[in-house]
Amino acid sequence: MKIITLQELAQTAAPSLERPAPLVALVGQPNVGKSTVFNALTGGSQYVSNWPGKTSEHKLGMSQHGETALAVVDLPGVYSLTDNSVEERQVRDCLLFDRPDVAVVIANAFTLERDLYLLAEVLALPVKVVLAINMVDMAVQQGVVVEPHVLEAALGLPVVPMVASRGQGIDELLQAVLRMAQPSAVFRPNLPEVRVDHQTVLAQVAQQVENCLPPPYTPHWVALKLLEGDEQITQMVEERLGECWEGVHALLLQHDDAALAVASGRYEWIGRMMRAAVVRPRVGQITLTDRIDRFATHPFWGVLLLGGILGLLFWLTYAIGTPLSNALDQILVQGGGRWAGALLADAPGWVSGLVVHGIISGVGTVLTLLPILLIFFASMGVLEELGYMARAAYVMDRFMHLMGLHGKSFLPLFLGFGCNVPAVMGARIIESPKARLVTILVAPLVPCTARMAVVTMLAPIFFGAQAVFVSWGLVALSMLALIGVGVVLHEGFLGGEHKAFIMELPLYHWPNPRTLAAAVWGRMLDFLKTAGGIILVVSVLLWLFSTYPGGTMETSVLGTLGRFLAPVGRWMGLDWQMMVALLASFVRKENTIPTLAVLYGMGENGVSLASALGSSLAPAAALAFLATQVLFIPCLATLATIRQETGSWRWTGISAGLLLVISLVVGVLIYQGARLLGWGM
Amino acid sequence: MMRHLRMRRHCPRQLLDENGLCPLSDLHPGQEAQVSQLCGGHALVNRLVALGFTPGTVVDVLQNYGHGPLIVRVREARLALGRKEAGQVLVKAA
Repeated sequence: MKIITLQELAQTAAPSLERPAPLVALVGQPNVGKSTVFNALTGGSQYVSNWPGKTSEHKLGMSQHGETALAVVDLPGVYSLTDNSVEERQVRDCLLFDRPDVAVVIANAFTLERDLYLLAEVLALPVKVVLAINMVDMAVQQGVVVEPHVLEAALGLPVVPMVASRGQGIDELLQAVLRMAQPSAVFRPNLPEVRVDHQTVLAQVAQQVENCLPPPYTPHWVALKLLEGDEQITQMVEERLGECWEGVHALLLQHDDAALAVASGRYEWIGRMMRAAVVRPRVGQITLTDRIDRFATHPFWGVLLLGGILGLLFWLTYAIGTPLSNALDQILVQGGGRWAGALLADAPGWVSGLVVHGIISGVGTVLTLLPILLIFFASMGVLEELGYMARAAYVMDRFMHLMGLHGKSFLPLFLGFGCNVPAVMGARIIESPKARLVTILVAPLVPCTARMAVVTMLAPIFFGAQAVFVSWGLVALSMLALIGVGVVLHEGFLGGEHKAFIMELPLYHWPNPRTLAAAVWGRMLDFLKTAGGIILVVSVLLWLFSTYPGGTMETSVLGTLGRFLAPVGRWMGLDWQMMVALLASFVRKENTIPTLAVLYGMGENGVSLASALGSSLAPAAALAFLATQVLFIPCLATLATIRQETGSWRWTGISAGLLLVISLVVGVLIYQGARLLGWGM
Repeated sequence: MMRHLRMRRHCPRQLLDENGLCPLSDLHPGQEAQVSQLCGGHALVNRLVALGFTPGTVVDVLQNYGHGPLIVRVREARLALGRKEAGQVLVKAA
């Protein structure tokens, strides 16, 4: 991959400009409304770009302002710039290496004291800074008044009050940024210091590392990070200093509590800066957030409320999403198929087969998913913007601990009952990359509506009145498998690492429609661009494999593969047709039924699928088949999304392999177990 | 108060009682306390101090059911804190 700098990227986004547009980085803690500021600055016209040399994507947008333009990059929300997570490293690497002309630190007026901690960190880096104080209206409602001019005088840098959701302060922010972006702009801010008792050791460390640092690192910043115990910086300095490291190391060991002194120094500085600029009401008043939280975070009522909200979400999916999906399928896919079939009546058989069964059905898979995805993404977005998502995670935390995951993994996994695609994409809300990966890997074990639809159709054929219990049993089996895999991945892969659960519960506030729309649109676009393409290509390939050679499924590659798998099938009491049906369910889980219909020659001699299947499968084998089908390889759309979200074919392959092995092993165990029990021979 | 601020990986019980300290997770809802000491490794301590748990800071316990995570208020921000993490924050109850 060609490594390009952000500046070059910014220029390709706006090639009409004579001079490169100044590069502005948006930095902020979570819950400060950073995305809203970004959307207001760039008018939602995002140019999503791949970060050079990094795996994650960052949003780069252009902001046109009269004669001048700005390239704005939206960085992940972080609480500090110490190497605790990938995001923190990304933010500081951007500020250090991409050399933005100005960094805009965004703070929430209500939690200003805490949010200014990040400003204290950013000021230690060689970059010019503008402070934006967002959501001043909400702070005023809570009785908190911030005097921007007083704060500006104390800090020695531009301070802009804003209500980004209503567009207030955007022009002022642009002006301040443009002034600061001038090469001649003076930037002499008031800088935080380390607590008095550690100033000497900071100077000593800075002096010892001075000569070993490559640009753009400054001795002061590196010394700060060493005292804070930052792993990446410690490793870098250790390698560069060689033998001289011992001296620095000894100093650091003597001051192993220096992290507290550094942080205390920053908070003391914040206290001084804010003293005259912020008026707070006396503490102890009960806010709306307190009142809502009494229910929303209650161990019993909170779970009930969450259940109600999720119930509503599924009702929406069934009442609106599914009919829309079906209508799209009827009109566009089947209608389009008939139309294309008629149009291509004179063309060779393979042409109309390719168009109707390959391309149109592939496009159909993507299209019919869209209404459901739209509902899920919009609901997720509303819950997140409202501030409820953090409460849901809090309430579910104790249950998720079983798998070493914390509460934040619950929502994406629960969404999986509707469709696994939003479940995998929803894992984005989890900060820890390892926990996110585990969540993505276990998500396909949640039985989605498509798989349950197949179970609902087939179970009565095999089990009659007991079908309900079989269906519930299969859901329970999936959950057991999910917990089992989660525990194994946690112990084996995460090394039993305990992930600290620290999460902010923001004040409740109404979602901003523009931010919401931009987020939903962005996610839909992501799905269409990456997953959509993969789904289309693989659909065409699978049509080829299920038709050629020979023109029928029996003789095709898929049929041959089914026969090849027949020995495995025999351990589960299944014939090769059933194995082919399993393989065909890879494209869309619902495909199981039409495939069985084709393979059992339904309609040819007047035998219905029900009686053909009912007579050919013993209950033990039927149970094994249903269990295997519920746990089988994730559908194509889910795998394509896993590829998109992990950015790795390896993890996508591992996910498919994991489920293949689990489903086959469970199938064999169920069949053999049932036989041993003398049931269903 | 500021003198005995040392970071320790474990917080020995008897030391807690001698100095009148207790883990944050032992406080009842509605109780206020001052942060005194942080236990645990660098990663946890760094996250906690960045969120405002520096020595001397007043912490408000909003919710604590005796099991599962707690909700506390620090520097006007509401934080959900795992029980284990809350046990690493030693406080002096007001």
